[in-house]
Amino acid sequence: MSEALETGTPSFIDRFPQEASVVRASLISSFIALFLGAIFGLIQALHRTDVFRFLDSQYYYTVLTAHGVLMVVSFTIFFLVGVFTWATVRSLDRPLVDIRYTWAWYGLMAIGTLMAVVAILGGFVPSSDISADVLFTFYAPMQAHPLFYGGLAIFIIGTWLAGADWFRAWYAWKQDNPDERIPLQTFMVLTTMLMWYIATIGVAVAVVVFLLPWSLGLLDSVNPLLTRTLFWFWGHPVVYFWLMPAYMLWYTVLPSISGGRLFSDPLARVVFVLFLLLSTPVGIHHQYVDPGIAEGFKMIAMTNTMFLLLPSLLTAFTVVASMEHGARQRGGSGLFGWLRALPWRNPAFTGMALAGLMFAAGGFSGMVNAGMNINYLIHNTIWVPGHFHLTVGTAVALTFMASTYWLWPQITNKPIFSRPIALTQVVLWFVGMALMSNAMHVMGLFGVPRRTAEPQYQGFDFVASFGSITELRLQLALGGTLLFLSTILFVSNIALSTGTPRMSGLGKQLSEPLSPAADSPKVLDNLTLWFGIAMVLVVLAYILPLASIITDSGIVDPGVEAVPMVVDAANGLVSISAVSDAASRVVAAIVGVVP
Amino acid sequence: MNIHNYEKVWLMAAILLIVGFISTVTYGATAVGVDMISDDGGTVNASALDEDPRFSEPRVEQVGENEYEAYVIAQQFIFRPDPITVPANSTVTFFVTSPDVIHGFEIVGTNANAMVVPGQVTELTVEFNEPGEYGLLCHEYCGAGHHTMEGSVVVQPQDEFTQGGDE
Repeated sequence: MSEALETGTPSFIDRFPQEASVVRASLISSFIALFLGAIFGLIQALHRTDVFRFLDSQYYYTVLTAHGVLMVVSFTIFFLVGVFTWATVRSLDRPLVDIRYTWAWYGLMAIGTLMAVVAILGGFVPSSDISADVLFTFYAPMQAHPLFYGGLAIFIIGTWLAGADWFRAWYAWKQDNPDERIPLQTFMVLTTMLMWYIATIGVAVAVVVFLLPWSLGLLDSVNPLLTRTLFWFWGHPVVYFWLMPAYMLWYTVLPSISGGRLFSDPLARVVFVLFLLLSTPVGIHHQYVDPGIAEGFKMIAMTNTMFLLLPSLLTAFTVVASMEHGARQRGGSGLFGWLRALPWRNPAFTGMALAGLMFAAGGFSGMVNAGMNINYLIHNTIWVPGHFHLTVGTAVALTFMASTYWLWPQITNKPIFSRPIALTQVVLWFVGMALMSNAMHVMGLFGVPRRTAEPQYQGFDFVASFGSITELRLQLALGGTLLFLSTILFVSNIALSTGTPRMSGLGKQLSEPLSPAADSPKVLDNLTLWFGIAMVLVVLAYILPLASIITDSGIVDPGVEAVPMVVDAANGLVSISAVSDAASRVVAAIVGVVP
Repeated sequence: MNIHNYEKVWLMAAILLIVGFISTVTYGATAVGVDMISDDGGTVNASALDEDPRFSEPRVEQVGENEYEAYVIAQQFIFRPDPITVPANSTVTFFVTSPDVIHGFEIVGTNANAMVVPGQVTELTVEFNEPGEYGLLCHEYCGAGHHTMEGSVVVQPQDEFTQGGDE
């Protein structure tokens, strides 16, 4: 027994112990953010549906800011740097050049996160002048405390340095392997980081040139349309920054877990090149209904956005084909019968497969968002969070959690505490999200707004063309509660896994693609070329809209005054009587729904 | 490069789908006349709306037979005028701006939906047919009282409609 274990495949931590520490630290940071973000998520789901309100509604926006920033900045990007470090080192099969440098960028990211989180949580303390109730989008002239902008800037600098670390590792590898193709995982890491370098120009300019000096009083005013446009310059490609690690896992890990091999290495490269080219020149599609931007620029953004469907549709094909190949290797047969032969008892597989399935649904609602004219119907309604809880909230988050069940033993030499809990957790996430996201999409169609503490108005009611608003609210609250439980199961399963006995032989090999890199033209690996074309596309898509905004309303607009987001100190926490009040409303709502 | 036949078919279908989407949107924008909000509304000094000819007095005014213009201010946490009263069977062009932060402008249950940015003027044209009353809400977070920001659009039968701001 122990001998078999001793002779098993060496794990990542056996081979690269220093890098494994960085991966572990990044993943743990990511999961702390996930846990905190989930608490805020649950509060929101119960508050806006009026199932349970224990905070005054003005604090809803502090909760929402914390949920947004922790989930889509800290959880996703800390996971990304962990898994990209693992992928680079694993696929190049050599350690990073200087581990002290690696810890330095991790430290910057951690400090940046702490600064931003302190600024946000300050919103709960009425006596402090620190607050950042500006939501994840921090649209000026709403103004946050300088700590918020400063933290964001430091965090992003950390990610830039992380990218440089992986480029450095690749460069060192290339000196020893001048004629080889870039290993697939490293190729994915590098193209994603090139996309990120282009995308972050927008947010870096918005924060460092305008918002940070403005919050420090060095700049009198800003142009809200300009900073908003710069935000979305970054705000759409960041979506792909979250998604690319999930894609990398679907392409390189999922086929092996399915028992098969990736269908095609060259097409995987094509997909990542397409994302590098098309992720950024699309941000204006978030501004279809903004004033101050001509229709033609919106049309260009829409066209680019629609073409961005292509790499995702190609991914759908490749991932399903690779899974089918795996199933047939495992003895599956028939037109659909092979589905039964997949390893559904493996939480890593089931989680990633369900995440992919939900991504398809998210893709469809995304096509609606992208359609310039039909977008009028759903813009800024709760349809939109319904959409992105399928994409970042499931395709990304569930893939990250599921792949952790596979990756964690390899970076710790400790098996997962409980596989049945893990399997329950991924299925629970799927069910919870199906309920919550469905309710959000449907309510969005009826005009219920997003980002609103009490979407219940004095002067009018929302009219449901089918179902009822009460029923949908309960569905949303129930889904949100299941998602919270799923997160607790995940986080505690990983926490308990730190106590499982250390063993060896937990390493896993990744299978080689059916169609190898050698099949593809070498130009695919020419990163300079793709980076150059991506820059040209971004300049074409943005130079004229930005020039026109600046010509019309200036680099800064002196007419617009800062509106600091400070909470009225008079209203603190609502008294405990609200709790019993809410409980009676839950009962009433349930009785109202059950016929 | 070796591309499997199934993959080629899928690729072609995907490209057809994309081209189809772009065509339908283009058709909607040109033939059906779904106008996009653009930069036509121009800009305004956000801290001097009371001196601006368009916004010093938020109002609805008649500009042609069955054609009206509504000048609306969205501010923390109200819409002015409120209610916005327009006649049935009319075409109303809304000009909306903000003196403080970014707001939203959504006539509930319709596709009249836009952003309102301080310093910019949002222009959107809406056709009102039947008499009735619609909720108006702000769908962009605009501060601690955001959820209280609502108004209404009252579409009156043509013979009952009296012109003028109801502020």
